[in-house]
Amino acid sequence: MTQDAPADTPHPMFGWDVDADGVVTVTMDDPDQPVNMLNDRFRREFAAVVEHLHAKKDQISGVVITSAKTTFSAGGDLEHLLRATPADAPQMTDLIRGFHRAARRLETLGRPVVAAVNGTALGGGLELALACTRRIGLDTPTLRVGLPEVTFGLLPGGGGVTRTVRLLGLDRALHEVLLTGRAVRAAAALELGLLDELVTDPAQLLPAARRWIAEHPDAVQPWDTAGYTIPGGTPADRRVAADLPALPATLRRQARGPLLPAVRNLVAAAVEGAQVDIDTALLIEARYCVELICGQISTNLIRSRFFDLQAIERGAGRPDGYPTHRATKVAVLGAGMMGAGIAYVCAQAGMEVVLKDVTLEAAERGKAYSERLFDRAVGAGRSTARQRDTVLARILPTVSAADTQGADLLIEAVFEDPDLKQRVIGEVLPYLAPGAVVASNTSTLPITALAEGIPAPGDFIGTHFFSPVDQMPLLEIVVGAKTSDATLARTIDIARQIRKTPIVVNDSRGFFTSRVISQFLDEAVAMVAEGIPAATIEQAATQAGYPIGALALIDQISLTLNRRIRQETVAAARAAGLELSVHPAAAVVDRMIDEFGRAGRAAGAGFYDYVDGRRAGLWPGLATSFGPQKLGNPLFELQERMLFAEAIDAVRCLDEGVLRSVADGNVGSLLGIGFPAWTGGVLQYVNQYEGGPGGFVARGRELAGRYGERFAPPASLVELAAGGGELR
Amino acid sequence: MPSSPSAVPPPATEALIFDAIRTPRGRGRSAGSLHGVKPVSLVVGLINELRSRHPGLDPALIDDVVLGIVTPVGDQGSVLPRTAVLAAGLPDTIGGLQLNRFCGSGLEAVNVSAQKVRSGWDRLVIAGGVESMSRVPLGSDGGAWMNDPETNADTSFVPQGVSADLIATVEGFDRETVDRYAVRSQQRAAVAWSGGYFQKSIVAVRDRNGVIVLDHDEHMRPESTVASLGRLTPSFAAMGALGGFDAVALQRYHWIERIDHVHHAGNSSGIVDGAALVLIGSEQVGRDLGLTPRGRVVATATSGADPTIMLTGPTPATRKLLGRTGLTVDDIDLFEINEAFAAVPLKYAKDLGIPEEKINVNGGAIAMGHPLGATGSMLIGIALDELERRDARRAVVTLCIGAGMGVATLIERA
Repeated sequence: MTQDAPADTPHPMFGWDVDADGVVTVTMDDPDQPVNMLNDRFRREFAAVVEHLHAKKDQISGVVITSAKTTFSAGGDLEHLLRATPADAPQMTDLIRGFHRAARRLETLGRPVVAAVNGTALGGGLELALACTRRIGLDTPTLRVGLPEVTFGLLPGGGGVTRTVRLLGLDRALHEVLLTGRAVRAAAALELGLLDELVTDPAQLLPAARRWIAEHPDAVQPWDTAGYTIPGGTPADRRVAADLPALPATLRRQARGPLLPAVRNLVAAAVEGAQVDIDTALLIEARYCVELICGQISTNLIRSRFFDLQAIERGAGRPDGYPTHRATKVAVLGAGMMGAGIAYVCAQAGMEVVLKDVTLEAAERGKAYSERLFDRAVGAGRSTARQRDTVLARILPTVSAADTQGADLLIEAVFEDPDLKQRVIGEVLPYLAPGAVVASNTSTLPITALAEGIPAPGDFIGTHFFSPVDQMPLLEIVVGAKTSDATLARTIDIARQIRKTPIVVNDSRGFFTSRVISQFLDEAVAMVAEGIPAATIEQAATQAGYPIGALALIDQISLTLNRRIRQETVAAARAAGLELSVHPAAAVVDRMIDEFGRAGRAAGAGFYDYVDGRRAGLWPGLATSFGPQKLGNPLFELQERMLFAEAIDAVRCLDEGVLRSVADGNVGSLLGIGFPAWTGGVLQYVNQYEGGPGGFVARGRELAGRYGERFAPPASLVELAAGGGELR
Repeated sequence: MPSSPSAVPPPATEALIFDAIRTPRGRGRSAGSLHGVKPVSLVVGLINELRSRHPGLDPALIDDVVLGIVTPVGDQGSVLPRTAVLAAGLPDTIGGLQLNRFCGSGLEAVNVSAQKVRSGWDRLVIAGGVESMSRVPLGSDGGAWMNDPETNADTSFVPQGVSADLIATVEGFDRETVDRYAVRSQQRAAVAWSGGYFQKSIVAVRDRNGVIVLDHDEHMRPESTVASLGRLTPSFAAMGALGGFDAVALQRYHWIERIDHVHHAGNSSGIVDGAALVLIGSEQVGRDLGLTPRGRVVATATSGADPTIMLTGPTPATRKLLGRTGLTVDDIDLFEINEAFAAVPLKYAKDLGIPEEKINVNGGAIAMGHPLGATGSMLIGIALDELERRDARRAVVTLCIGAGMGVATLIERA
């Protein structure tokens, strides 16, 4: 690059504008993308623009970096990172080091450099801003600032680790920014110290930047100042060193298992980097980052958390050709735990809610749930009294079917009893607006059967909400045999309206989520019969990445329900002329209920003992009743049994047309039933298994030989693997 | 596979133990009697004692001074053994070697010295160890094992106290069992002290003016009972819960639901200051200088076990040691195992089937304290004294060690 290269040749995506005071405004504006990203083009031109600044240094008094888009920068190009394998390590290292060099050249320009953060700055976008001597943010409701890399199995390798540690200190950088991966609003970013200053008027952003430059002509980064020390100290300081041994351990306690590579490398890069100069710290950060980029888990997480989720949110499962729908009035039948939660999310989304139960007290109790949630939110400053009153006023607790007059949406959420469901729905149908969506919230009951007797079965659909409704992001939409495309399209729109991520499945017993999770539970329960210590089973699950132990979960769901579903499934299969093989879990569940009277948490006793409804340790009787106990089993085998049991059933769901897409399967398993996040979802688990689907098939056969035919890989998968394909 | 005794090459010479002496152990805090004494001075005092006990000991023939020091920083840094050589006015030709195998350092110093001699490459070596825990706290030297997050996470690091509680939980040693062991350690130490069993080897620490600073182990609490110990609060429960270490331990020992935190200040080794020296030389140098051998180092072994449970290394180390010598537990008259925590000797005795009357017969570190780098050398002296008192033949000395190592030494009376 020559020093007098024309401004427009080497960095066309960076506007270059010099004012009378010699302040250069560099405006990012990628002509090929709706947002600025740290893609190949950016990296190339960013290095060029930095060199341009150095070339013109004598003529300029400062630099403002801003964006022509509504956002500042969206960060790294995930598509690019998705495919990296260990063979790409040298190339990835070069890319990262190239950005490090350019960013370092920028912050050591010897002139004040202000990031005018006019909109959201995430990941690499924020890392760019951190390499400026001042960050001024535009305080808009949509601006978000953060380093979300860890949620994609990565770490902020563009200087994000190194500079936040130097800016905030090890403890705050790790616990408030890097490990959370949280994107925060402008005010919170200011408080954290990620932004230095806020302006509210967009027209004031660049003037504020220029003013700061005029007032700080000699600005340099704190870490390039003589005598600088990292806030809170370095690992060489006894105070910091004393806390270090517990740092991985406390994270492992939270994770309930080994650290994910991203967390491990992030913490390691932060601590190791804090012991050396900034340039070496950046080098260390790059090495830890490249390992993650080239590893499998970041691929899994990027695929599921970004691409699969994006496909769903863009409406991949929504039939084309129907106008966007917005529900205005909903009748929620049943004000129990589920109904109360559904009423809350609907009211939040602006619907008028009629919450109907058999007694007014019950209906009011259902509304009280929303009151409690709001009081807590107001107390925590997440909402205002006014917002609370507005939303609560939308919920009408009632016993009268007539109050549902004109509702364009009905969501039934009564006890899982087909007759009851049909009766309460029938009672309200006459009052609904014509063409209203009629939804039944059920976790297992076949929708097609429930739709029988409904005058317009095309309007009928299943909506499987997850508990607690206000917290769980997933909605499993179940399409019955007669459900119309129009109803499906509207239901997907309603899901968006209430801010749920919808997956669409075809009607079948247990749909997708309930059916697949029961494989996990049954596998764990079968291990009890084999004399595997219960504590080992729970550790196997949580260390595999499940959010809760399988035995704790089945206690929560209740062993009785587990048995009832099994019996119904067997009966239904028998009616269809099929004899299902008996899962070894069945005998354990039977003995637990019939012999020991331990039906789960609600019964006050299950695989765990309970005191005041809280788990008080595993039931010691398990060791004696299902002995002899085998100690020291390798967890790996147990974990793969759990993961394979679910994955194989998910493949069957694809085969049987229960699942309509791989993305639905992955996202549903992650958001709905706690399938370990690192896998990228229950079907991606098959793709990413060592050796790909072929490796999965081989291992499945091995497990089938050892534990039973339930592990035999479905023919479709065998065929796919033989052709070298992946589940897509 | 343990190698057969015949596989051990014949030595150039036996490694003879001419003497083994030690300071009393002072409480390892600012109020402790030895806090006002430099660690190098503890060593110099013992060097002077060796010279005055053995007038024939020609310093010019000493090849090396090998000392175990677990936290070799600050007062204990800069190769203290060489510093001690110079401070004691020994010839410039004598080397100094500081070594660290955590709690096994003092025994490793004996083993390395014996190996130097037995190989024929050195003739006379002063082995030993020193630790002023009141001046240089444990852990002051950092290290990747615990302070580098990657290494820490990958090796499932937990502090020793949590490991000791894990051993107790896995083995089913309840609070009463470990407390009973602790009381026995105190009682046996009290009997040994009052019976004068240690008299031959304890060298009072004196100040620069010759005034006695300490002439007895000041950590002991012979009045302890199971009831009195029962009132003490577990030391590692809070650390295990808040620091996340219980979770880490249970993730590895997954068949256990929770850790029973049974160890406390009364059934764990005392934090103390102290030093010990062992004079080791060849048969020839003994004859030349007129030194009378008291015993010999027959064999040494190091081994290791899982670093998370950490303190179970003495068992594989001892098995290796016995395998090398073709001996069994029945052939050994005395076992000395460092009482880092009560569960450690209990597990060791259980693993190897060692009867109570052969193990730590004069008490141990629970009663008298564990000056990290010095303890192994102290145990050699204690074992040798007791073999002589009983007119017995063989003793095995062993220590559990950080990160899961074990070290063991077989000594025999000359």
